[in-house]
Amino acid sequence: MVKKEMIAMLLAGGQGSRLGVFTSKVAKPAVSFGSKYRIIDFPLSNCINSGVDTVGVLTQYQPLRLNTHIGIGIPWDLDRNIGGVTVLPPYEKSANSEWYTGTANAIYQNLDYMESFNPEYVLILSGDHIYKMDYEVMLDFHKQNGAEVTIAVMPVPMEEAKRFGIMITDKDHKIVDFEEKPENPRSNLASMGIYIFSWNTLKEALLTNAEQPGLDFGKHIIPYCHAQGSPLYAYEFNGYWKDVGTLNSYWEANMELIDLVPEFNLYEEYWKIYTRSEILPPQYLSSDSVVEKSIIGEGSEIYGQVYNSVIGCGVTIGAGTVVRDSIIMNETKICGNCEINKSIIAENVLIEEDVKLGIGEEIEHETDPHIYNHGIVAVGEKSVIPKGITVGKNSVVFGVTSAEDYVNGNLPGGKSLIKAGDKQ
Amino acid sequence: MAGGNNRRIKELTQKRAVCAMPIAGSYRSIDFALSNMSNSHINKVAVFTQYNAGSLNEHLSSSKWWDFGRKQGGLFVFTPAVTAESSVWYRGTADAIAQNLAFLKNSHEPYVVISSGDCVYKLDYNKVLEYHIEKKADITVVCKDMAPDVNVDRFGTIKMNEECRIEEFEEKPVVAKSNTISCGIYVVRRRQLIEMIEKCAEEDRYDFVKDILIRYKSMKRIYGYKIKEYWSNIASVDDYYKTNMDFLNPEIRNYFFRQYPDIYSKVDDLPPAKYNMGASVRNSLISSGCIVNGKVEDSVIFKKTFIGSNCYIKNSIILNDVYIGDNTHIENCIVESRGTIRANSYHKGENGIEIVVEHNDRYVI
Repeated sequence: MVKKEMIAMLLAGGQGSRLGVFTSKVAKPAVSFGSKYRIIDFPLSNCINSGVDTVGVLTQYQPLRLNTHIGIGIPWDLDRNIGGVTVLPPYEKSANSEWYTGTANAIYQNLDYMESFNPEYVLILSGDHIYKMDYEVMLDFHKQNGAEVTIAVMPVPMEEAKRFGIMITDKDHKIVDFEEKPENPRSNLASMGIYIFSWNTLKEALLTNAEQPGLDFGKHIIPYCHAQGSPLYAYEFNGYWKDVGTLNSYWEANMELIDLVPEFNLYEEYWKIYTRSEILPPQYLSSDSVVEKSIIGEGSEIYGQVYNSVIGCGVTIGAGTVVRDSIIMNETKICGNCEINKSIIAENVLIEEDVKLGIGEEIEHETDPHIYNHGIVAVGEKSVIPKGITVGKNSVVFGVTSAEDYVNGNLPGGKSLIKAGDKQ
Repeated sequence: MAGGNNRRIKELTQKRAVCAMPIAGSYRSIDFALSNMSNSHINKVAVFTQYNAGSLNEHLSSSKWWDFGRKQGGLFVFTPAVTAESSVWYRGTADAIAQNLAFLKNSHEPYVVISSGDCVYKLDYNKVLEYHIEKKADITVVCKDMAPDVNVDRFGTIKMNEECRIEEFEEKPVVAKSNTISCGIYVVRRRQLIEMIEKCAEEDRYDFVKDILIRYKSMKRIYGYKIKEYWSNIASVDDYYKTNMDFLNPEIRNYFFRQYPDIYSKVDDLPPAKYNMGASVRNSLISSGCIVNGKVEDSVIFKKTFIGSNCYIKNSIILNDVYIGDNTHIENCIVESRGTIRANSYHKGENGIEIVVEHNDRYVI
């Protein structure tokens, strides 16, 4: 008989619209991070490192890149005879068919999957945070307290607490109340979106609330369990945890990796992060290259200068080009004599000679200042920027652009240039 | 054929078989032959190993890296075993096959490709096989013309007639009559191979080259298939050094790393290479998991190496997982893997390449 003590359900269906062009073709969990990784590598590696070998990944928005990345789970040792990783997209049913309408609705639609492993506990994770966490320790906490629901929380500065779901606990870590994005927070313990449920409690809550539109953990399931009198506990986590939901937090989290001794250290032997590596060869730095305070992925060829940057795998940076404070993702090619300042350049981009990115004054973005800000230049995947173009701060380029698309070879700050069509 | 060791490569093979030698930052020598086989759609591969197979067995721990491990075929590793009939080591290449002849006999594939594991090359064996069939050859030997200035006295040299049939084959000649050498890659019909190996074993002969190729060269139709692409053998310190340094050449990198088909290797799950303030790297290959604080020039740095502040590394090869303390000078050296070099050390190969093996205590925080 199949029996798993704890299985994990990883919510990876969200778009993550605040990452702008970077999630227009891929789901947020599949966005690359820290040179060679993708965001989903962190929760998946946490699972296998915590001894959780059964993971259902719920996908919905643009799943292609995510599906190919996960495959049968070989990089995370999740290719198992029983369990392992399973991708769970929404599916058609005889009576009704619907998309995943909310986080808990997605889990509800996969009750059969969970049931087949006969679990005692179910771990609910989201696929868009950067952290290392031992879920087994959290499970021990759950068992010790006789909890039915345990919510991982982390202390945040009081002034930021109003951005989060806040848990109010007693001295035994038992949750007495909670509030969603409160004006005047009564505590600074923010929910990290990581839950352990005892299986029967979860199943009962999902079945009872099945008809609720947009069934959500934070809005419906947790309040329901609390109202039913189930013991809810808050598991306090004090390690590194980063939400990379906005361009600036994404940029910052990447830049933290290049500190001399980074707070989030990928070089520790303990608690490795795994990813699918398609590119194996070493990187080459030419006689004229200068690289300082940067990390660079496999197979890249650097002929120019790179400072304070995170460079992916298979990237080429031409001679005479200077890259500063930027993130460049896999397989992108930057030709010679370019100047790249504080830019995020997605995968498979071609930037031709003498292009300058991030030039001039910082101007607020014309339509989406809540997405494109902090002076970051965003270049979407498979884009082409032709020779000699200058692009200002807070601007966006996406698609195959040609010289005619620019006025006098210039895209001023705060503008978007988005063209349909992929690079051939 | 991955059993070998030899004294020409000195201390480097005290720890491992030649074919487990690290190559080009991220690979091991045997990856090239295995990837070629996988890319040629050969899905049943036997590896014969006996000398110090630890590193090799670790590397071959799973066959999935080369996409073997199918229901049909797979990757088989044969080490010498004590049986009712024999309790000897592999006494030669032919003997290694002879001791495992049941594997060959129980297979159904019509042809066998034999390759040594200590060569760096890309080759589609199907092309050799087509040639083999077209020439109606008994054995086809892959060979290469070496540049006139290369000393070929450690290879087998070949002389062919205009039809490419091999007329002369000399193993490690004192004075070479030709600069065409055997690459140690052969194609032969399976039944033919079984027959010859059995005959050899009866006569207590053990070596594939000496006792089969050279003895049979007039009786059997042995043909040479010339390759023009890159091929390099790493079985001496100088060749090993040169082969690694060849990868600093953009054409060779492009040929191996960017052109179809790829070379595969075991994935090590290492983080990206990291360059801190003060790092200065010129014309070098750096592998994943490295942390560089010092100066590196014209060198190949393998995986997971730590280079301290104010170091100077030139014309050197640093193998996997080496820790180099601050203010160290390393020039014209090969630093053995897992070494720990104390701060303020000085190593310089004065006449040729120096091999540095240092195992000091390492303090890791």
